[in-house]
Amino acid sequence: MNSGQLLLVSILLSSFIPGIIIFCLPEEKHRLRTFLNLCGSIVKISLVLLLNVGIYYGHLFEIRIPLIPGVEILLNGDPLSALFATLSSVLWLLTTIYAVGYLEGSPNRSHFFGYFSLCVTVTIGIALAGNLVTFLLFYEMLTLTTYPLVIHRGTEKSLRAGRNYLIYAFGGGAVFLVAVVWLQSIVGPVDFSAAGFSSSYLDSNGTVLALIFVLLIIGVGVKAALVPLHGWLPQAMVAPAPVSALLHAVAVVKAGAFGIIRIVLDVYGAQNLLLLGVLPLLAGAATITILYGSIRALQQDDLKRRLAFSTISQVSYIALGMSMVDQPLAVIGGLVHLVHQGVMKITLFFCAGNLAETLGIHRISEMNGVARRMPLTMAAFTVAALGMIGIPPTIGFVSKWYLGLGGLAGGNWWLLLVLVVSSLLNGWYFLPILIRAWFAEQQGAWPDEMYSGRFETRLMLLVPPLITAFVVLIAGLVANAQISPLAWVRFIVRGYSL
Amino acid sequence: MILFAADTPSWMIVPVALPLIAGLFCFLLSRRTFVIALLAVLANLFVVCLLVRQLLLFGPMRCQIGGWQPPLGISLRTDGPALLMLLMTAVTGLAVTLYARGYFSYRISDPLRAGRHRQQQRYFWPLWLLLLAGLNGLFLASDIFNLYVTLEIIGISAASLAALSGKPASQRASFRYLLVSLLGSITYLLGIVFVYRSCGVLDLDLLRDLAGNGSAMRAALALLSVGLLLKTALVPLHFWLPPAHANALAPVSVILSALVVKGSFYLLFRFWFEVFAPIVTTAALNFMGTLGAIAILWGAMQAIRQHRLKLMVAYSTVSQLGYLFVAFPLSRVVEGTHIWSIVIFMALTHACAKSAMFMAAGSVYLHLGHDRIKDLDGVRSSLPVTVFAYGIAGVSLMGLPPSGAFIAKWMLLSASFASAQWWWALVIMTGSLLAMVYVFRVMSRFFVNSEGSSGKQTVALSPLLEWPALILALIALFLGLLAPWPLRILSQGSIGLVQILSGGMV
Amino acid sequence: MITTLLYSLTGLILFGMGFFTLIVHSHPLRKILAVNVMATGVFLILIATAYIPLGQGEVDPVPHAMVLTGIVVSVSVTALALILACRVQETSNVDLLRERKRSQGTKESRR
Repeated sequence: MNSGQLLLVSILLSSFIPGIIIFCLPEEKHRLRTFLNLCGSIVKISLVLLLNVGIYYGHLFEIRIPLIPGVEILLNGDPLSALFATLSSVLWLLTTIYAVGYLEGSPNRSHFFGYFSLCVTVTIGIALAGNLVTFLLFYEMLTLTTYPLVIHRGTEKSLRAGRNYLIYAFGGGAVFLVAVVWLQSIVGPVDFSAAGFSSSYLDSNGTVLALIFVLLIIGVGVKAALVPLHGWLPQAMVAPAPVSALLHAVAVVKAGAFGIIRIVLDVYGAQNLLLLGVLPLLAGAATITILYGSIRALQQDDLKRRLAFSTISQVSYIALGMSMVDQPLAVIGGLVHLVHQGVMKITLFFCAGNLAETLGIHRISEMNGVARRMPLTMAAFTVAALGMIGIPPTIGFVSKWYLGLGGLAGGNWWLLLVLVVSSLLNGWYFLPILIRAWFAEQQGAWPDEMYSGRFETRLMLLVPPLITAFVVLIAGLVANAQISPLAWVRFIVRGYSL
Repeated sequence: MILFAADTPSWMIVPVALPLIAGLFCFLLSRRTFVIALLAVLANLFVVCLLVRQLLLFGPMRCQIGGWQPPLGISLRTDGPALLMLLMTAVTGLAVTLYARGYFSYRISDPLRAGRHRQQQRYFWPLWLLLLAGLNGLFLASDIFNLYVTLEIIGISAASLAALSGKPASQRASFRYLLVSLLGSITYLLGIVFVYRSCGVLDLDLLRDLAGNGSAMRAALALLSVGLLLKTALVPLHFWLPPAHANALAPVSVILSALVVKGSFYLLFRFWFEVFAPIVTTAALNFMGTLGAIAILWGAMQAIRQHRLKLMVAYSTVSQLGYLFVAFPLSRVVEGTHIWSIVIFMALTHACAKSAMFMAAGSVYLHLGHDRIKDLDGVRSSLPVTVFAYGIAGVSLMGLPPSGAFIAKWMLLSASFASAQWWWALVIMTGSLLAMVYVFRVMSRFFVNSEGSSGKQTVALSPLLEWPALILALIALFLGLLAPWPLRILSQGSIGLVQILSGGMV
Repeated sequence: MITTLLYSLTGLILFGMGFFTLIVHSHPLRKILAVNVMATGVFLILIATAYIPLGQGEVDPVPHAMVLTGIVVSVSVTALALILACRVQETSNVDLLRERKRSQGTKESRR
């Protein structure tokens, strides 16, 4: 085993081993568990950064484990996987800190943090997967490790949400498996590093390959919450706030979006997709999802549900970018939104969790004047919400800017229209919240005030959203710098020579 | 000549003879029975590993007991599939033995009915060892009539084991089980008569060369198959299985579900794809596949409808057996060893996962005093290891990667696409989703938080009741990653290489 | 030739009769007897297979060995089946010798 392979394995083990140990820890070993969690995530971040550097300088990271002829487990570090791995591991650290504060004193924490660690291991596995079989392996595992988190509260409502989640996720997984096997029976094993199979297969099997593309997109679209496969996401809101953050920003939805990226760029490749003519389908699905999600978000009074529908809408920008795979600028916009959406959405969920934990606020109608009680939290919320709307200089603006440029370059004027309409809708459902929080008068007591201390809330709940909000602002300002998500995405796109 | 050297075939007598002798001792001694059984099972595992090593080094072997040649002498032989089944039996057998120890100790510790439970334990060990000997004999025997004898041994001991619990429901179920098994054996015997009349030989290898295309042989194959299908419980001949498996004692359910049905299936598969392969028609294969498809869907639907955990697991066996038969019509598109690898992976995963599941169900039953699915709340906090084992076993049954069933399903799916028979793929995936429903219907109950109301509070379960299940479940889950090893063992068993090292015990 | 055929046909008829009884009748004792009749049928065919007219060669020993084994197996299985049937009778009120059910409620418990 060479050093590159060792690095890949240790990236996976750095959260797997703490996870297993945490499972065996008794419930009251609170400090040891927190220590293990933080250690694991810091080690993971360092290793992932090392991976980034290695990939930038052109090192090869690859592990192949053949199972049966035509099926092998392949872990592979390429720029794209580094992007996702970095996003997940950094956000995992913040989410862990937040979760430790959030779950203080609640039951079954050993199980919670055990599954939490496994979940991140699996997400990193998705990032590092080098072929469809490996992707499928971790994709199904992700469903399994997140399910106990979704039903963590053990109430009837959460069980129902968990059941729906399973049905959607495994249904998608089954479709995905069928599509993968079918694809392999036509074009043979496809490695992601090949950037698309040979276009010679298109002549004889064009229709079937187009059908398989649709099946693959359905398979990952379930997790990416493409309409009409989004039903599970708003229901899964019954889970604790760190889990929502995990589902929306770190792992599940992102895994789906990442799958779309992989399928478009690495499995089929731009050339084949243009020849097959299936991209308008993806563009249509993405557009419908963006508009539908925004419109549904408008109608929600429950804060977390509004955020959930906002996620549905925002994640489809990634799919939208991928549907214009012949335009490098649009691809950059889509890819960079993978990171940007994650950072913004996790901030919003942290803040929503803070409101619920500190003051018992779950509904938007209860938020009048809350900014005076919790100024820092609401400041973070505001920055992230403005980012979602796409106001410069936040990172949300950067994504939309590149998407728009890509649309113009390809002559797709309708895309601009979609962006404008969706930004208006975003403003329509976020601005009232901000106005209520900052300018309205408080009406009566808070629903359930649980905390009164030196800060507006517990420190472990306050720091993570502040950090991510800071990133939302700064990464937008320095987007053109040497080290930024945008710079890395440009590096990725250069590799595809679009 | 040295009798038991590293390269002599005589070793293969041990897995048959040793459990038989140990079973006798268990019956006669009535004390320290667990130690005898454990030693026998351990020795069995060791010898099977030795045989695997022999196979890898020297290829398939044959052993004539007492130096008598066929047709009168009894001969045993090893090849890839046989050894993998032996290995499966040995590993599961070891786990069951440990689990049974924990199970009976726990039950005897309950002063209310200690005497009855002690008696159950006293009969369990000899019967289990007898069954083990029968199974090992079935996998090793190379003569169609000796196979009948092993089938009867298995049938007798399995039916007696099923009746052990003494409850009226289990008595009736095991009586019915015995009759079905008898009917199966007699039909099988009639098949042998047909074979013998038209070929005049009983040895499997000789038969393979002689099996012509006569109508008598077709009738023979049909009779043999019906007999074995009855014992394998393929829909619509499955009616006896759920009550017999669900009402037995937990270790017995494990043995019946994981091992016994595999024995007759293994034989059936051998007949269809090796011995009588020339006379098998595509229509017949499709017929079996259709029955398998019905079994998958029907069994899964029934499993979803059950209110008791053990019945659900038993119906899941009916459903999972269907996958083994769906491989039949797809055999024509895959080359030689492939078809074996599909069923072997399916069988191995199912054996491990289903044992783990029945063990978990048994532990839950002991812990709560019932197994009504709607009242399983809060088991997660009191039996975390068992719940884990159940979950992992369930995931393996659903065929999620990296379980062995995933490898099998992958091969089935690619075969069905390669031959443009996509409807099998549809059935396979529907079956997986239905499996998801019945596995997680129970799983979600485990996760419900309940305050204090966890049934009758009794002694903590011993590790023997929890860990064997988890280990078996983990084996099932990671079998897919170990896939190259079973494949290597299988590839040693190709027909052309049969290397007859006769002479055995001279 | 005719003799063999006759025996074989008789054997097959016995097999069929036994099978019919096994399926149609619900009474445990009848079922056990039916299985025995079936077994006898099969043994009859086996023995007929071994038959060779006088002076035309030696008698084939293999079917005899099979029948002997078969009889032993059948005896022991019958014993086991009888014991089980007795247990069923003890625990669930089915009278083995009289076909009447002793009390109601068996239908329900038969599930």
